[in-house]
Amino acid sequence: MATRLQYENNCEIGVFSKLTNAYCLVAIGGSENFYSTFEAELADVIPVVKTSIAGTRIIGRMCAGNKKGLLLPHNTTDQELQHLRNSLPDSVVVQRIEERLSALGNCISCNDHVALTHPDLDKETEELIADVLGVEVFRQTVAGNILVGSYCTFSNIGGLVHPHTSIEDLDELSTLLQVPLVAGTVNRGSDVIAAGLTVNDWTAFCGSDTTATELSVIESVFKLREAKPSALVDEMRKSLIDTYV
Amino acid sequence: MAQGVGMFTVPQTIGSVLCCRCGILMQPNAANMCANCLRSEIDITEGLQKHVIIIFCPECNSFLQPPRTWIKAELESKELLTFCVKRLKNLSTVRMVHAEFVWTEPHSKRIKIKLRVQKEVLHGAILEQAYTVEYVVQDQLCESCARVQANPDQWVAAVQLRQHVPHRRTFFYLEQLILKHDAAKDAIRITQMDQGIDFFFGKRSHGVKFVEFVGKVAPTRSRTDKQLVSQDSKSNTYHYKYTFSVEISPICREDLICLPPKLSVSLGNLGPLVICTKVTNTIALLDPRTLRQCFLDAEQYWRSSFKALLSSRQLTEYMIIDMEEARSEENVGGARYVLADAHVARVSDLGKNDRHFIVRTHLGHLLSCGDYALGYDLYSANSNDFELDKYRGVIPDVILIKKSYEEKRQRRQRKSRSWKLKSLNMEVDDGTRGREHEEKMNTEYEHFLRDLEENPDLRFNLSLYRNKEYEPSMASVADGDDVPSVPLEELLADLDLADEESEEDEMVE
Repeated sequence: MATRLQYENNCEIGVFSKLTNAYCLVAIGGSENFYSTFEAELADVIPVVKTSIAGTRIIGRMCAGNKKGLLLPHNTTDQELQHLRNSLPDSVVVQRIEERLSALGNCISCNDHVALTHPDLDKETEELIADVLGVEVFRQTVAGNILVGSYCTFSNIGGLVHPHTSIEDLDELSTLLQVPLVAGTVNRGSDVIAAGLTVNDWTAFCGSDTTATELSVIESVFKLREAKPSALVDEMRKSLIDTYV
Repeated sequence: MAQGVGMFTVPQTIGSVLCCRCGILMQPNAANMCANCLRSEIDITEGLQKHVIIIFCPECNSFLQPPRTWIKAELESKELLTFCVKRLKNLSTVRMVHAEFVWTEPHSKRIKIKLRVQKEVLHGAILEQAYTVEYVVQDQLCESCARVQANPDQWVAAVQLRQHVPHRRTFFYLEQLILKHDAAKDAIRITQMDQGIDFFFGKRSHGVKFVEFVGKVAPTRSRTDKQLVSQDSKSNTYHYKYTFSVEISPICREDLICLPPKLSVSLGNLGPLVICTKVTNTIALLDPRTLRQCFLDAEQYWRSSFKALLSSRQLTEYMIIDMEEARSEENVGGARYVLADAHVARVSDLGKNDRHFIVRTHLGHLLSCGDYALGYDLYSANSNDFELDKYRGVIPDVILIKKSYEEKRQRRQRKSRSWKLKSLNMEVDDGTRGREHEEKMNTEYEHFLRDLEENPDLRFNLSLYRNKEYEPSMASVADGDDVPSVPLEELLADLDLADEESEEDEMVE
């Protein structure tokens, strides 16, 4: 189920938060509303951690991670690093990497199996990503934009990309990522997908400007409507019974 | 990947996304909203004028462009469209792509224009929108029409042309010149006065232009005056009536003049008796005894304003009894003169007495034995001239001026000419004169027409039109001896609008 919210009157949720299957990072804000929305949704399941990275609030764009690990830029302070190591579960590997392109969230887009990266990323960084996050790394562009981390976002179930992506590109990316992809918009026609939306396998959060149409597209591609235990059984039943005579 | 010409590029098909508001499938654009949603969301015509009031003068069909200019334009014309678009404020914030009129009933006093404008909205998408502007037309007389309405005879400049001579030849000729050059097209009224013509104009500049035109074709002197009609001391505007008093010199063609001694000496001892041969803006004087010609321009004339001794009314007719050998030939100023001695007698003397004169004449090339000529009879003339009395030298008895075609004209049967002249639209103050004056006018006009026939250089500046009613009678062939007439090539075919013939006003020459 997708939730609509705002961070201090700004609809770019994906900038101020990072959501994965194992944890959720939230920026420190003036009021607690942002944090409490995430908490209300996720607290029972995964830890929701308030943090800053390199002293900034734009944590969603500075770091990249999945359930296996978290990558932090070189300008993360030691205290932040320590705080994160303490707060996150032990299964998650927290690693600070030396990379010229320090906004890792804009350069890397990943789920638990595959990652798409900025074409100009260092070789060592690529190896680190493969190591820490345990994913297969592909250098790609999305609709001609090199900041793949901003213009597309995908989970293990589905993905949303920049609206101007051509059909051939869509097919190619879909083959690479092995998930269904759709071109769409978020936050009333904004094409910076990952900035306006943050998603994991069972839930999504997007800016409050998102229209009902966009929300329905998001819910359908990430299969959020059927995120209930009974849905699974229904699906199995569908595959078991072929036709009604 | 291989660089260069043979590079393999994947053909890109643009996919479709859902409009973020209404959810219909559409091509992605900068705003990612379908055109309808964009249009309903954003109105680019907000803040633009939709109702404008424009002011129109029904008399001269012009529209007011404040503060003061009036622009003449027809309904649904290009000028009107430009004018209406200019009156819209704030149109600089959007880009105008197209403008056209929407038809409205002319009596409704409304003009509608449909405009298409473009503006950039949201994330760089350009939106185009059409809207209608309605103009309410209000009637108001412009200042010049108001002034004309209040007093239709109102003139601002008056030019009074005068020439103090007893005949009107100059004014007939001037009338034709004015017609040829269209100099009086701005005149509100033209009135014929005793010894002159008055022209009335609506603007001072027209009057000045006319005075300058007359100054170019005749030797004149003028003075100007103005009279205050009204004033607005708050805005320091004054309305005047301007009067130009133009006097044409009384010297005409064929006049006999006795020059004052000072002028005669300054012109190189030109014999005091001279004939005026041509008057344009200079006066050409010819000494018949020495065949010397000189020119006086207007200022020189008015400095020593002499009058004519005898003028063409006082010409008498002579018959040439005998012509002697030509003395000398001269080509003076384009005209050929031959000095010769002639034995002449007055026609009135023929048969009565034996008085004859031996004269030296400059018309040796024209005259031969048995011809008739017109000249001034100084023998019997009683002239009241100081200069002539002071003159010590020999005064000739007769000075011949031109050849006479009187006899031949009387023999000629045909009454009408093959050509005709146009005339100005003049108001004539008729009542006080009576029949004699009218007859005098007619004979003078007839003389003027004969003058035109005889002198090709006089015709040069005028337009003569072909006379449709003229039928060349058979008798003209039998005439034999030539009466000077206007050759057909010099005539202009008159513009005949009524018959819609294709004859147009072209120079047949």
